Amino acid sequence: MKGVKFILTGILFGIVMAKSEAISWYRIQEMFRFQSFHMYGIIGTAVILGMLAVYLIKKTKLRNIQGQPIVLHDKDKSWSRYLIGGSIFGLGWALTGACPGPMFVNIGYGYWAMIIVVLGALSGTYLYGIIKNKLPH
Amino acid sequence: MLELLRQPWPWYTSGAAIAFIMVLLLIFGKSFGFSSNLRTLCTLAGAGKRHQFFDFDWKTQKWNLLFLLGAVLGGVIAATLLKSEIPMALSQSTIDDLAKLNIIFDGQLNPSQLFGYQLISSSKGIVILLAGGALVGFGSRYAGGCTSGHAISGLSNLQLPSLLAVIGFFTGGLVMTHFLLPLIF
Repeated sequence: MKGVKFILTGILFGIVMAKSEAISWYRIQEMFRFQSFHMYGIIGTAVILGMLAVYLIKKTKLRNIQGQPIVLHDKDKSWSRYLIGGSIFGLGWALTGACPGPMFVNIGYGYWAMIIVVLGALSGTYLYGIIKNKLPH
Repeated sequence: MLELLRQPWPWYTSGAAIAFIMVLLLIFGKSFGFSSNLRTLCTLAGAGKRHQFFDFDWKTQKWNLLFLLGAVLGGVIAATLLKSEIPMALSQSTIDDLAKLNIIFDGQLNPSQLFGYQLISSSKGIVILLAGGALVGFGSRYAGGCTSGHAISGLSNLQLPSLLAVIGFFTGGLVMTHFLLPLIF
């Protein structure tokens, strides 16, 4: 039963992403062409409210439901992996119009072809796991 | 109420809901990051026996797989109970630009040319989807996160690495959109 809350949170995520058209290939194209504020509004609002929330969580030393202090881990310091890996991600994002979350929301929405995109994403992840040690990080 | 929810949701509702989801997962003792699921799915498929990167206890990520399941169900609900009959209000300049690439705006979320049944008859379409997915999967693991892990969780926590990753996301996206798509389509 402890898992139900994660399913419910996921359902909220799926509905929000679909109803605000953030899972739309067209909307991602519109974003990368700077032709609408829509996607920037979504990401911008989420980040600004997220920053405020994280600030308050740290300030009030809020605890999670297990009673532990909420700890946000710092990301590893590097330039190359974020810029190179991020750019590779961006190429795929603009081509398929979907980052990992929306791929799955799209499958639920009835876009079965997204299963092919997910299979591609799994093989890309697998490839990374194989050649990880040969890449600059 | 249902009528209101069926309409397309404005960006500020969506942005606020995404921040809420991030906070909710922190309160549950977890951290919002979707692409980790791709690694976990590889582990479930047996990749841990061959490669160290996938050799971890997948049960620590069970919560995230349940979140993924919920995301699929959310998509089902949005397409049925909350389905909107109003065509998407895409900007006219995007419609015109895509027409130059011979991609017709059909008012749906995704072009049927790429994601509809026309695809089955075209090996080019399948290659595009597979290759695009592979770039997303490879890039998100290389960068250590995707839009949720870096752009939302990371930027909210003022992480410079996440800012670099987001700069990368946009660099790749702009190159694909403005230079490569005209060559592909």
